Amino acid sequence: ILKARGYGRLVLQVGRGTLVPDADSCADLSVEAFRFKDSIAEDMRRADLVISHAGAGSCLEALSAGKPLLVVVNDKLMDNHQLELARQLHMDHHLLYCTCSTLTETLKNMDLSVLQPFPPGQPKNFANFLDKALGVK
Amino acid sequence: MYLSNYFSKTRGGGNAIQMNDIASIAKKKHRLFLSKTASVAAMMLLLGFVFALFLTALLFLLRLYLVVISGSNQPPGARGHVAVLVVAGSGGHTTEIMRLMESLPAAYTPRHYVIADTDRMSEEKIVTFESSKPQSHSDLQFTISRIPRSREVHQSWSSSVVSTLTALSYSLPLVFRLRPDMVLCNGPGTCVPLCVAGLLLGILGMKKVQIVYVESICRVQTLSLTGRILYPVSDYFFVQWSSLRDKYPKAVFLGRIV
Repeated sequence: ILKARGYGRLVLQVGRGTLVPDADSCADLSVEAFRFKDSIAEDMRRADLVISHAGAGSCLEALSAGKPLLVVVNDKLMDNHQLELARQLHMDHHLLYCTCSTLTETLKNMDLSVLQPFPPGQPKNFANFLDKALGVK
Repeated sequence: MYLSNYFSKTRGGGNAIQMNDIASIAKKKHRLFLSKTASVAAMMLLLGFVFALFLTALLFLLRLYLVVISGSNQPPGARGHVAVLVVAGSGGHTTEIMRLMESLPAAYTPRHYVIADTDRMSEEKIVTFESSKPQSHSDLQFTISRIPRSREVHQSWSSSVVSTLTALSYSLPLVFRLRPDMVLCNGPGTCVPLCVAGLLLGILGMKKVQIVYVESICRVQTLSLTGRILYPVSDYFFVQWSSLRDKYPKAVFLGRIV
């Protein structure tokens, strides 16, 4: 499916997962897999599409890098709050989202052109508020 | 009574006479043990104990209420610097809190980071961040401490209470030693015992500790469990989506701040 959409290379960050594919496991794509890196900023920068779980850090990193983002939600975590963020960002047209079972379908039919750029958060507002509240000069 | 039950299970009419003897002896012993005066005394003691407990709890709650509704007499910033205890949970929590820390000016010092003992990644992120700051003094402006994790993902509710209490036993001496002006946290279970320790410092009249809670950007419609616990006792409770601000009127809404 990925090849049909024009993707030629797949980089996988596997973490503590049990499945670590070899470089030659897929005939249509060049596959690279690693468990952890100190920073995946470089991989993000080179990507044309980021597929991620709905963790805030991962989402924010991909969106801050300005990359089209497809988020796959884990519906087995207690209290699936991850879905709230994915749904809100999707409503605001910042990312597409799906579940593990609908991933294939979504990859086939997704339209990335609807995605809007994601303006960064403003931690300075937090600092200014706190300075005033605590009497910091 | 126990003896008679035991023997009635074994069938045998021949045992009937022995059974009655044993039962009457047991009853006499029972009567001797619990004489009337002894039982009344025990009752009084129990009532006295319960009343004392109730009174202590009431006083405690009253103090908690007073501490929470009062601002401090002197805002911490007036002294020139604000000592912060920063709770770094794992993964996304650390990322969010470090973004907040990046925005704080130099007056927020010293910075005491507290991480869970099973957390491997947060320490690196903290050290990287702190190394990037310009050093105005030769001595360290930050510390990193570890406490047992309050709760692992997927941990059952009942064992979570035990592990949170264990974390509390570490948090209390740590917070009592560090005496921060402010506790900054954003959602991991690790922050509950630390905030409780901070509140205790205020309740015991030792120091008013500002509880600053920033709910994660993940929380759009509902508060996290930690958020729901700390909302009533926080001095400043930040939410990042308007839907939460509508549901929690005491919360501060400044839009997305991470």
